[in-house]
Amino acid sequence: MSAAFDRVHLDDVSRHFGRRRAVSHVTFSARSGDIVGLLGPNGAGKSTLISMIATLAKPTSGDIRYGDRRASEWGPALRSRIGLLAHELHLYPELSARQNLTFFANLYGLNAAAAVEAALDRAGLTERAADPVMDFSRGMRQRLALERALLHGPKLVLMDEPFTGLDDAAAGMVSQRLRRLAADGCIVLMATHDLDLADGLVTRVALVRGGKLLSDERADPGLRARYRALVDRS
Amino acid sequence: MFAKVALLVLRKDVVIEAKSFEMFSTTLFFAVSCVLVFAFALVRDGTIVADAAAGILWIAIAFAGTLALGRTFERERYAETLRALLLAPAPRAAIYVGKLLGIVLLLAVAEAALVPLVTLLFSAPLFARPLLLAGLLLAGTVGFAAVGTLFAAMLVRSRTRDVMLPILLYPITVPVIIAGVRGTAALLEASPDEPVARMWIALLAAFDVVFITLALWTFEPLMTE
Repeated sequence: MSAAFDRVHLDDVSRHFGRRRAVSHVTFSARSGDIVGLLGPNGAGKSTLISMIATLAKPTSGDIRYGDRRASEWGPALRSRIGLLAHELHLYPELSARQNLTFFANLYGLNAAAAVEAALDRAGLTERAADPVMDFSRGMRQRLALERALLHGPKLVLMDEPFTGLDDAAAGMVSQRLRRLAADGCIVLMATHDLDLADGLVTRVALVRGGKLLSDERADPGLRARYRALVDRS
Repeated sequence: MFAKVALLVLRKDVVIEAKSFEMFSTTLFFAVSCVLVFAFALVRDGTIVADAAAGILWIAIAFAGTLALGRTFERERYAETLRALLLAPAPRAAIYVGKLLGIVLLLAVAEAALVPLVTLLFSAPLFARPLLLAGLLLAGTVGFAAVGTLFAAMLVRSRTRDVMLPILLYPITVPVIIAGVRGTAALLEASPDEPVARMWIALLAAFDVVFITLALWTFEPLMTE
């Protein structure tokens, strides 16, 4: 039984909250090496889509396949292949950076010492490793949260606003990191409002609005103009 | 993997609590205040209402436990860390067990302070049968926490969680409180009634098995949005 997958496919996926349709009949695929920009205005359904792909929410109807299997066929092993950086950072503010990473490394059954020190180094937080996360700036927490999400070497990387709170240098480093992940065969799916940073980074663009997928196309330069054209047209 | 994840969650909660003392201090303060208020109300000239000590001990445990249950998942809600836990490649029920163990541990520490206090203020011979009392407290605490941990997890995304938790929790845990009170009262008689106390412990153990099984079975579907 293969432990990896090379694509994630959503087939006519909908998600309703009572009478509200957060996601409506979305069919969409992402493959290894893709960096897909999930774009759309606030309330478009981007975070709900990410939650469903992350197995944290169930579609009301439709099907999500990871490689050639559904989540239920993978079992818990699927979650070791998924890395999620959400808008909320999934860090314990009372714990230090090292304690946070060590906890999650152990949760994923990793060799905690080696993985944690490498992650702290990549986040540029080695010298602040013993400080509680509550004392960090938003940018530092964002860098730490990114490393926490990628600690276990996921195959499917899901990011909800990964550039929040980052300065130009840190945002550039995150962009480089995402390019490397895609080059290594990861599937990267990123919801963002930062079109300038997404321009030149994403290889494909999926535009959602009102829970519907309006367009799924190759990313070309001039993302902002294309986004405006699509959103204004719809 | 199941036990490892449960213990990791427990250890993480203990480390956070050791840094903040937030749940421990509020739970203990509330429980001790509850016992003191009842002591002033019910003890007059050294005369005490029959079985009052047993009732007050369990009321203090139940009220303090409700406070702790609300806080334990509030901590996971703050930065949505519950979602990170649910993404771990382990059976999701292990998170429930880790949280349950944390609540039981916290309440056990509170009970270690409450029992001598009730003994002192109500002249109740709670230490006459220490093993039976420990059995009652353990079985009762596990039962109360088993139901409460599941409900607290279910309500973590609800805006009315603080109101809903006691409304859902108390009706279902009434058998635990009654068994705890009657079992403890049996131990406080002039000649402690051990068979009755054992019967209530057995009933509590049965309650624990039923509700822990139910919680392990339902936790994952309840936690998936």
